[in-house]
Amino acid sequence: MTEAANAAVGLGMPQLPAPDYPADVRERLAADAAEIIARYPGSRSALLPMLHLVQSEEGYVTRTGMRFCADQLGLTTAEVTAVATFYSMYRRKPSGDYQVGVCTNTLCAVLGGDAIFSALQEHLELGNGETTEDGKVTLEHIECNAACDYAPVIMINWEFFDDQTVESAKQLVDKLRAGEEVVPTRGASLCDFKQTARILAGFPDPRTGAVDAGGTGGAASLVGLRMANGEQLPAGRPAAGAGRHPGGDVPPQNLSSHDAPEETSASDPHHPAGPAAEEGE
Amino acid sequence: MTAMSTDATRDAATAKDLLTPVLSANWGDTDSYTLDGYRRHGGYRGLGKALAMDPDELIAYVKEAGLRGRGGAGFPTGMKWQFIPQGDNKPHYLVVNADESEPGTCKDIPLLYANPHSLIEGIVIACHAIRASHAFVYLRGEVVPVLRRLHAAVAEAYAAGYVGKDALGPGKDLELVVHAGAGAYICGEETALLDSLEGRRGQPRLRPPFPAVAGLYASPTVVNNVESIASVPAIIDRGKEWFRSMGSEKSAGFTLYSLSGHVARPGQYEAPLGITLRQLLELGGGMRPGHRLKFWTPGGSSTPLLTDEHLDIALDYEGVAGAGSMLGTKALQCFDETTCVVRAVTRWTEFYAHESCGKCTPCREGTYWLVQLMRDMEAGKGSMADLEKLLDIADNINGKSFCALGDGAAAPIISSLQHFREEYEQHVTGGGCPFDQSKSTVWADDRDASQEVNA
Repeated sequence: MTEAANAAVGLGMPQLPAPDYPADVRERLAADAAEIIARYPGSRSALLPMLHLVQSEEGYVTRTGMRFCADQLGLTTAEVTAVATFYSMYRRKPSGDYQVGVCTNTLCAVLGGDAIFSALQEHLELGNGETTEDGKVTLEHIECNAACDYAPVIMINWEFFDDQTVESAKQLVDKLRAGEEVVPTRGASLCDFKQTARILAGFPDPRTGAVDAGGTGGAASLVGLRMANGEQLPAGRPAAGAGRHPGGDVPPQNLSSHDAPEETSASDPHHPAGPAAEEGE
Repeated sequence: MTAMSTDATRDAATAKDLLTPVLSANWGDTDSYTLDGYRRHGGYRGLGKALAMDPDELIAYVKEAGLRGRGGAGFPTGMKWQFIPQGDNKPHYLVVNADESEPGTCKDIPLLYANPHSLIEGIVIACHAIRASHAFVYLRGEVVPVLRRLHAAVAEAYAAGYVGKDALGPGKDLELVVHAGAGAYICGEETALLDSLEGRRGQPRLRPPFPAVAGLYASPTVVNNVESIASVPAIIDRGKEWFRSMGSEKSAGFTLYSLSGHVARPGQYEAPLGITLRQLLELGGGMRPGHRLKFWTPGGSSTPLLTDEHLDIALDYEGVAGAGSMLGTKALQCFDETTCVVRAVTRWTEFYAHESCGKCTPCREGTYWLVQLMRDMEAGKGSMADLEKLLDIADNINGKSFCALGDGAAAPIISSLQHFREEYEQHVTGGGCPFDQSKSTVWADDRDASQEVNA
């Protein structure tokens, strides 16, 4: 029976083994894989980075990529598939150059993430996990990304876009589709999904200045420090929109005391140490 | 002097009294994440002192300082180190849990972004203490800017000789590997993290044996949170007495509190353990103008939520436990009166169902059914009997699942029903949600204001 007939009547025949990479690609990836494997006392530890690596080759984890990982690590393709399907960052179908993830975990959702996600779905005419026809943008909702003090948050290729609104989010995806530059709120300028996946595989970003771009933190990261240093901060939450610190640069600061050792703490004067805690025990 | 400036001066004085930036002290410098920027603040000074100490003496010192784990459970760090068997001729490993994913938690990521060397120095000290020659940082994958900084900082530390050949003394090498995860909340659970680091699905292991006996590659392993390890260099450098001068007897030291939600000034506030939410809110300008606190989590969504009755509890391990919750990760998510608690809990429940690894039945099945019930409840399709059913299922997960993810899933359900049962009942009797979601957004009040102008 032909393969086509199998597929048509759905006899549940197993798929043929995945084709291998072309020889030159395989050779290049094998050299990268050897470098990854050498980092670990046990070779299987290299599997997660290697799945990022094959994702950097094709933009998603293909059957060929999984076969490659299995071959390199002496695993079965089933073992590799079991791992690749467990983790949410591995894409299992062709997807966009830019993975746009809107945080819809409770805090971001309540503060506007739900509104942003539904507006983007409508704006792009996409469902969760779907990609625009031009192959630029894949839209998904994501879980908490550890930036709750900048809610609502959007991650594009796992770079932070803080303090978003419906309007700012629409502008972001429009720019991405138009090939215009968008700049994360914190961190380096955006690279495409494949380049990002290579960094995740453990190969440092080769771009000059990438490590230094984006300051040391946005307004929220620095708020406690500034207050402790006696700075007067403007009252209230900075206006939502294109981020509280567009471009990611931290405004010049006047932290005159930053070289001096911090004062030894007087414990919280309103809560003297000791007895209260013992009673609670 | 005007009244306004008097107020401002007083606020500044209060902030100086209440806040104690240590880990965040250099974040304002443009080069805080570099080796030079870190050394300018005394970085790697503690390391020299630690390497001059005998490993056992060092472990005892950290124990006496009273440092407890900052990742949620609050286990004494020195004691964790002490559990590593010595003279067993097996390799020992240090694994840093940088998989920060607990909803609301956002302290380790800014710390690693602005000050990665504090972690690296802590790692070298900890490896000396537990006699490890190989350390790993398991960083969640979804934070590429932080990964970039960590890659660069580790390379700098190798070049400077803090890590690498003879780093811990002649013939004592130390390898440090940064490992990016691939998206799975469960990998924050330490044994799931170890399985993941071994290239497997991130599912928790049965304990015992504990990681201290059979951890990574079945060898003795310490798994510590980023903030715990990053706090060690300052303790060694400035002394355990200095550390103990902050916080309380059982909850010593400083820590990062992360204020988020409907507050005027969200962000990171580093303070001695035991500060209260009222004090933090006062520093942060309170809730957003015109609104009041309704409910909050002391340490992420897995810690039972609290209300405005709990504004004055000491935010330390004992204080929060005394109020029936947990200090957790000190992720203070504050929600105001515009927020529907049923909606909030539904979303958290969906999260736990999504992240349940599927290994054990109570969690896998229980979170699935909780989601069905909560969605119905939020949509006004629930019944009063469902409230008991929710509690019953939560009870069948809580303490009966393989790892703490199940307990975390039960916590929002049980605590919200305890404090806001009427609100659930309103959803049932009213046949829907009585809240207007648009009023909870950060831009809601801007729009209200402009509409008023237009009206």
